[in-house]
Order: sequence, then C-alpha cells, then structure tokens
Amino acid sequence: MSTTWLIVLTVGVATVALKGLAPVLLGERELPAPVARVNGALAPALLAALVVVQTVGDGASLTIDPRVAGVAAAAVALLLRAPLLAVLVASAGVAAAANALT
Amino acid sequence: MGRTMAAGARDVAPIAFAALVIGMSFGILARDAGMGVVAPIVMSLTTFAGSAQMAAATVMQDGGAVAAAVAAAILLNLRYVAIGVSVAPSLRGRRARRLAEAQLATDESWAIAQDRGRVNRERMLGAGLVLLVAWTTGTVAGVLGGSALGDPATYGLDAMFPALFLALLVGQLGDGRARAAALTGALIALLLTPVAPPGVPIIAAAAGALIALKPPKEAAS
Repeated sequence: MSTTWLIVLTVGVATVALKGLAPVLLGERELPAPVARVNGALAPALLAALVVVQTVGDGASLTIDPRVAGVAAAAVALLLRAPLLAVLVASAGVAAAANALT
Repeated sequence: MGRTMAAGARDVAPIAFAALVIGMSFGILARDAGMGVVAPIVMSLTTFAGSAQMAAATVMQDGGAVAAAVAAAILLNLRYVAIGVSVAPSLRGRRARRLAEAQLATDESWAIAQDRGRVNRERMLGAGLVLLVAWTTGTVAGVLGGSALGDPATYGLDAMFPALFLALLVGQLGDGRARAAALTGALIALLLTPVAPPGVPIIAAAAGALIALKPPKEAAS
C-alpha cells in the first residue's frame, strides 16, 4: 500500500471512530443532569474557541491578518441584527477588501 | 426530506459555497503533494474535515513521515469526541445508524443545528449532507486541475468560517453559564494556540463547559 493510501485510510478510520465514539457508546440514554448541563455548555465553549483559532490562529502561532477585519465586520453586522447571510457576506467582503489593500 | 432538514440545508448554503472553494484548494494542495486523484477524493468523503485534511496534505508535501501526517490530522480531529458527546443524545436508532449519522457532524453543521442547548438532528443532517456534497465536489474540481480560482483568502472566504461561528455563538449566550463557558473557552484557545500543537487548543477549550457542572441558582435549594 502506498504512503498516501496508508495516511488517507488511517486518518479516515480514526475520524469516523472519533465522531462515532459517543453516539455509539452512549446510545439513546439521556445524560444525568450535571452532564447534560456541561453538554449544553459545550457549544458556547467550543464555538468561542473556533472563533479565536480561525480568526487569529495560524498553525501554532497567533497572527493579525485580513480575517480579523472580516470577523470585526461580522460582529458589527450582528450588533445591527443583520440576517446570517448578510453577516457572512460582510465578513468575506471586508476580509477581501483588507486582503487587497495589504 | 423533512422541513427541518431542508431548513438546515438552506441555512448552510453560504457556508457550503465557502466549503466548495476551500475543498478546491485542498484538492489543489493534495495534487501538488503527490496524493494522486482518487485518494484526496476518498479522503474528503471519509475524513470530511478541512483542517485535518489540509494538515495531512501539508505534511506529505513537506516530505514528512506517515506518523507525523496521521498524528497532525488526528490531533485536529480530537474535538469531534466532544462534538460527538454533544450530538449523541439527539441521534436515534441502531448503533450502525447512529455511527453513520454522526459522520455528518462537522463544526459547521453541528453549530448550525444548535437549538436551546441541544442538537437538532434533522437540521444537522440536512446541513451536513449539503456540506459533504460541496466539500467533495470542490475536492474533485481541485484535483482535476481547477486552479483558476486562486487563493480563497483573496475572496475573504477564510473569514467566513469564524464569522459563522461568531454568529452562532451570539445566539448561544442566553444565560450566565453559557457566557462564562464561552469566555473560558476563548481564553484557553487564545493562551494555548502559541504553545500547543494545532488542534489541542480547541479540544482543551471544551473544559470551559465544566463551568456548567454547578447547578443553576434557581435549582439550588
């Protein structure tokens, strides 16, 4: 088997397993109350981390680039209660403009 | 297709467009890394996670070891254990079906399916299917030579993903615990990014959710 296929298949199987681990092991069981509360708080914790890493993360370092301007534009659009599509278009448009200027 | 599923598919459309273009850049990167035509497409269908695939292809392009490519991709995908825990109570049916449906959980489909502290299964499946089609189609176009589009950053598409997560986060900050979890998660990610391997900061940020272990004030007696 070539190196490429070894990597593709190993990563593929591992990802399927990581995604499926909890759904397969936990079954349809409802979680105990404290665990369910933590579960509900996973979304804000992970979403906030994704915002940080994808806005200022660059591999294993922090960087300020046009994405910051794009996400700032999205924040303004959100404050103005713009619909999701407008928020996304604003982020891409401002980031593209900032990219063209730098 | 149920109405909720269709709504998930519709709401994810702008992100699917970004996924299409980023999928294309993965295809181009994979081709340049000497991965051939079929392997990158199989990878998009099975791994279905942009950052991990990009990382694996980059290690291969740089001539890195198999173990290094696999480790980079798995570290980046460790967060799917936490996402799996979050998704698990919403899935139904036999184990094989739950395993299959869990594969449609991506950062984006999971985020867009958040509904009052739970995951709406149909919304996630609708959004996940559209993203899978967009991501794989982009990859096919990329490996077959579609380099005409150039760098996604030129169009600001790389800013669309954090913007989506921010928009979905804002809708999640209803109570004090959620705000505390978000703040803690953001701080952990910010502090760990410069010092930990990519992927670790996000999974570590899940610890921010532990703030919710404490019962809410109303329930305390």
